[in-house]
Amino acid sequence: MKHTTVGEYLRARGVSRRDFLRFCGTAASAMALPVAMAPRIAAALERARRPSVIWLPFQECTGCTESITRSHGPTIEGMIFEAISLDYQHTLQAAAGTAAEHAREQAMKDNWGKYLLIVDGSIPTGNPGYGTIAGVSNLDMLQEAAKGAAAIVALGSCAAFGGIPMARPDPTGAVPVSAIVKDKPIVNVPGCPPIPVVITGVLMQYLTFGKLPELDALGRPKAFYGQTVHDRCYRRPFYERGEFAETFDDEGARKGWCLYKLGCKGPTTYNACATVKWNDGVSFPIEAGHGCIGCSEPRFWDAGGFYRALSTGDWGTAKTVGTAVGVGVALGAAAALSARRRQQELEKKA
Amino acid sequence: MSEMTLLEFARGPALTWAVSIFVAGVLWRLVGVLLLRTKKDLSEPRNAATWKGLRLIALRSWPRREFLGGTVFGEVMGYTFHVGFLVALFFLVPHVLFFESVFEGLLGFDFSDVFGFAWPTLPTGVITFLSAVSLAALVAVLIHRLTNPVKRLISNFDDYLSWLLTAAPLATGMLAYAHAGGARYETLLAVHILAVQALMIWFPFGKLMHAFTIFAARGAQGMIFERKGASL
Repeated sequence: MKHTTVGEYLRARGVSRRDFLRFCGTAASAMALPVAMAPRIAAALERARRPSVIWLPFQECTGCTESITRSHGPTIEGMIFEAISLDYQHTLQAAAGTAAEHAREQAMKDNWGKYLLIVDGSIPTGNPGYGTIAGVSNLDMLQEAAKGAAAIVALGSCAAFGGIPMARPDPTGAVPVSAIVKDKPIVNVPGCPPIPVVITGVLMQYLTFGKLPELDALGRPKAFYGQTVHDRCYRRPFYERGEFAETFDDEGARKGWCLYKLGCKGPTTYNACATVKWNDGVSFPIEAGHGCIGCSEPRFWDAGGFYRALSTGDWGTAKTVGTAVGVGVALGAAAALSARRRQQELEKKA
Repeated sequence: MSEMTLLEFARGPALTWAVSIFVAGVLWRLVGVLLLRTKKDLSEPRNAATWKGLRLIALRSWPRREFLGGTVFGEVMGYTFHVGFLVALFFLVPHVLFFESVFEGLLGFDFSDVFGFAWPTLPTGVITFLSAVSLAALVAVLIHRLTNPVKRLISNFDDYLSWLLTAAPLATGMLAYAHAGGARYETLLAVHILAVQALMIWFPFGKLMHAFTIFAARGAQGMIFERKGASL
């Protein structure tokens, strides 16, 4: 039986009204909406038609797909994800080869101008052969699919900002979706991988209100990427008191002190890890004892090293400073010599 | 240019150039002064122990009772912003980490390994308070300079630029800490770092250079006075 609305689909999966309303309340708060919006979200979700979604994986590691589908047991978030009509996702779908590609083409044709396009992975532009699906280059496939999309979700840091494929020396000429598609609304959901509830939150917003969430300057939903990890980190009080772990196994680390000195990128990383957490709210990297690596920020891979404290900079090398010392001493000596000559000339005149 | 790129620029090439210009400029000024020919004093010295004149370094660092009425405002405000600025500069954790990385890069040793103790730091809240006090003192001395006719007359572009470049790192540091105006932290941090670099680049070329010359100049002056038998 084909369920045409999200509500019908969830009821068929045994989700009770009470659980559904509780989930809507949690989702409202996750999306930074008033809890009073929960009944409206519930009503809208129940009526929402299951949108056609085409998911194109390009230069990626499947970590984003794993994050969403495998990180926890079956929950309503997971079902919301399943409730969309996922017409093409070659990692998850049973079909393969010509049949799979035919399904994608058919879905695009049937829902032209209305489907939601999810992209994970960056797009190689150096050579069409660097990334192909059924003989079609990633670039051509994205350009064609984007034409008929209502909106695009760039899922994961590779699709949103280029990610690891674009890290120096960028051998494939990798670019993010936003570098290729200029005429469609794009929501960046970065992270390596992104937090599952963030992608379902974006889908919920789209299903509930029929529009994309409010975005920050980097095209990320403000509800999830509005604050830094540092701002909401439970270790922040240690930072304020100047209590830092110096190594990963010292007394400070055991006491749960701030990981800033160990290279934590929390202060410059906008993500919801510290609030939403991972694995169904169990923990997040800093809670597990490792600093944030800044994976939801552009070019995080090239941002100076995961274990290098944010405050350190490229002040130079012993060679550059030595050169500056040499230049300074030479200039000073030349200035003094010139002054001495002038003095001698004045004395001669006198 | 994205915001992250601005921070990378500030922490990367801009910092390398600022440090190089600062080091070269300071040495140019110091070597230029030290290698100047000094005039030989042929008179007989009044005091044999001219080194006692070094007392002038301390004496000139404290207001003289006779002039207290006229100098107390400048002295208090001057000390306030200097102490606040230096404490913020040398005891805020991110600053200390930066200095330690320079220390390690230059000498190849860890600071605490060499000196046997860790570089002390102060909590961010304390530094923020001191920065605010320091900034308020800087504003007060600027108002004083602008409203006092004599000071206004003897002030030049160097004074105002040096004031601006000293106040900017304090102000931008506090804005970054407060995430002012909802601006992105890395943007504010980049602006703060660039403000410090502007200060470093201007440092050797203007009156800020007094940081390196003031005590040596007072000491030399004191030794000359002592030799001549002048009262300190």
